Amino acid sequence: MIRRLFIANRGEIALRVIRTAQRLGIETVLGVSEADRDSLPAKMADSMVLLGPAPSSQSYLDVDRVVEAARAAGADAVHPGYGFLSENARFARAVAAAGMIFVGPRPDSLDAVGDKLKARAVGVAAGLPVVPGGEAADAAEARRRAEETGYPLLIKAVSGGGGRGMKRVDRPEDLDAQVAMAMAEAQAAFGDPRVYVERFIARGRHVEVQVLGDGENAIHLGTRDCSIQRRFQKLVEEAPAPGIPEDRHKALRDAGVRLARHIGYVGAGTVEFLVDAESFDFYFLEMNARIQVEHPVTEAITGVDLIEQQLLIADGQPLPLRQEMVRFSGHAIEVRINAEDWTRDFRPSPGTVAHAGWPAGAGIRIDSHIESGGHVPPHYDSLIGKLIVTGADRGDAVARMARALDAMDISGIATTAPMHRRIMADPRFVAGGVDTRFFEGLANG
Amino acid sequence: MSTTTDLPLELEDVAQIVAILDGSPYQRLEIATDRLTLKLARGEDGGWTQQWHHQGETAPAANAAAPSPAGNTAATATAQEEEEADDGLAVIRPPLPGTFYRAPQPGAPPFVEIGSRVEPETVVAIVETMKLMNPVHAGVSGEIAAILPANGEMIDADAVLMRVRADS
Repeated sequence: MIRRLFIANRGEIALRVIRTAQRLGIETVLGVSEADRDSLPAKMADSMVLLGPAPSSQSYLDVDRVVEAARAAGADAVHPGYGFLSENARFARAVAAAGMIFVGPRPDSLDAVGDKLKARAVGVAAGLPVVPGGEAADAAEARRRAEETGYPLLIKAVSGGGGRGMKRVDRPEDLDAQVAMAMAEAQAAFGDPRVYVERFIARGRHVEVQVLGDGENAIHLGTRDCSIQRRFQKLVEEAPAPGIPEDRHKALRDAGVRLARHIGYVGAGTVEFLVDAESFDFYFLEMNARIQVEHPVTEAITGVDLIEQQLLIADGQPLPLRQEMVRFSGHAIEVRINAEDWTRDFRPSPGTVAHAGWPAGAGIRIDSHIESGGHVPPHYDSLIGKLIVTGADRGDAVARMARALDAMDISGIATTAPMHRRIMADPRFVAGGVDTRFFEGLANG
Repeated sequence: MSTTTDLPLELEDVAQIVAILDGSPYQRLEIATDRLTLKLARGEDGGWTQQWHHQGETAPAANAAAPSPAGNTAATATAQEEEEADDGLAVIRPPLPGTFYRAPQPGAPPFVEIGSRVEPETVVAIVETMKLMNPVHAGVSGEIAAILPANGEMIDADAVLMRVRADS
């Protein structure tokens, strides 16, 4: 059994992992940057190690430094959280080489799904449908691909993630310039200029399947809908994905399991699909080989602690759950509370949180590392917490979320809570099943 | 109502406590244990909020020696020290606190050098805040007279980034 767990992350996910580990009797060691020494996760961990200065490149993203800190602390396992080094195969290999367990998939799985083109080939090999398109090494090849996909189309960085480097092109005359820009941006952001071109599904929904695998067997924990996004960044997530006919919904879940089985996936992962909002045809997009920000909505409707599952599987145990043991109940919604002023084009709002009055009550869960007086440093992403509600059904959950947001009282920094109030009151959201263009139609401010 | 005990209060218990309070006349509850102070308050519309304060010091350092950080915690350029040297030049301040960069990407030429001509809309630098790149505009017409922070330095929102010999 894992006895001392090193947590190679920060913020709410570090705290989330600490809570489950402590409940399981596992000692926690947190690696922190200088900016996070006084953070709530640093208070809650059993011990802490300073990784380095505030910039991520010299702390949370420094593979050698993190591995050495974990090894020196005597950890027998490393939980990478999400983002940072969570899907870095070199990191996973270095953790294993230092004699520790990487709480995540095998490095070869990270290789297989970390690159979008490889992931696409793996998806095809597993028998999953994919969006028409393919790699384009230069503008001429992009033009040929565009003839296959038609317009509008999307240009994506092969090594990209989290929506960075994605461009939509509506007209052939814009293609060359956009490809050149996408390749330059991909090179700058990911050190890899390769891009690919794919058909843009006009009314697409982003639906994902939570899977768990032990290398031999794999199960699903249902779907999540993450269609409400701004610039490809998720804002609101819910489980299960609403309004999808049961035969298509089942096909989605089965496809997620099929991919996990095909690659002998170990751990918790998410298989992402683009679902046509009208026909409910679906296409495999990519697999996220880690815990995700939005995992609590799945926990809320299944009662399964996904971090616990990750730790048990990492320990080498066969899947603790069989598919028929996973029961679904109710509907859950999560909103991401970011330190941003949405009325000023989502301008970042770092600083000190004078008052952190999070909502409380039945069916409400808060995953946050921010308490009154807490500090939001300017070096990292703007997520200060997640508000998750569970209701008997979707209508109940939407109403509960609206009430919770009304009660929420955070001051000192700007947050996206007012935007979420607007979303909860939007008739399109109340009806359910919105596509990824939802945010464009939301009146600002 | 206020009480101090060492009972094992967990944040998971908050929903149940609120359910009990909901049927009571209480508007506020403060519970303090050795580890956690929890404050619950009923809002005007009946919704409850929770505030926590986790007691105790930051966790102790792990027993093994921590790797030494690079030790180059970037000094923060503060407004005061720059203000004293004020010599009638216009100043450029950042839109937000963050990391100051003189060029759009590593290896690229800087946006401006000392002596560069700028107009109010000229982008003279970028400040990275929360993974977003925010352009810094000159705000005045003139000539760059000084560039204060080093590339990659952390700067406060009130820092002076550059001085400009404004057109008269």
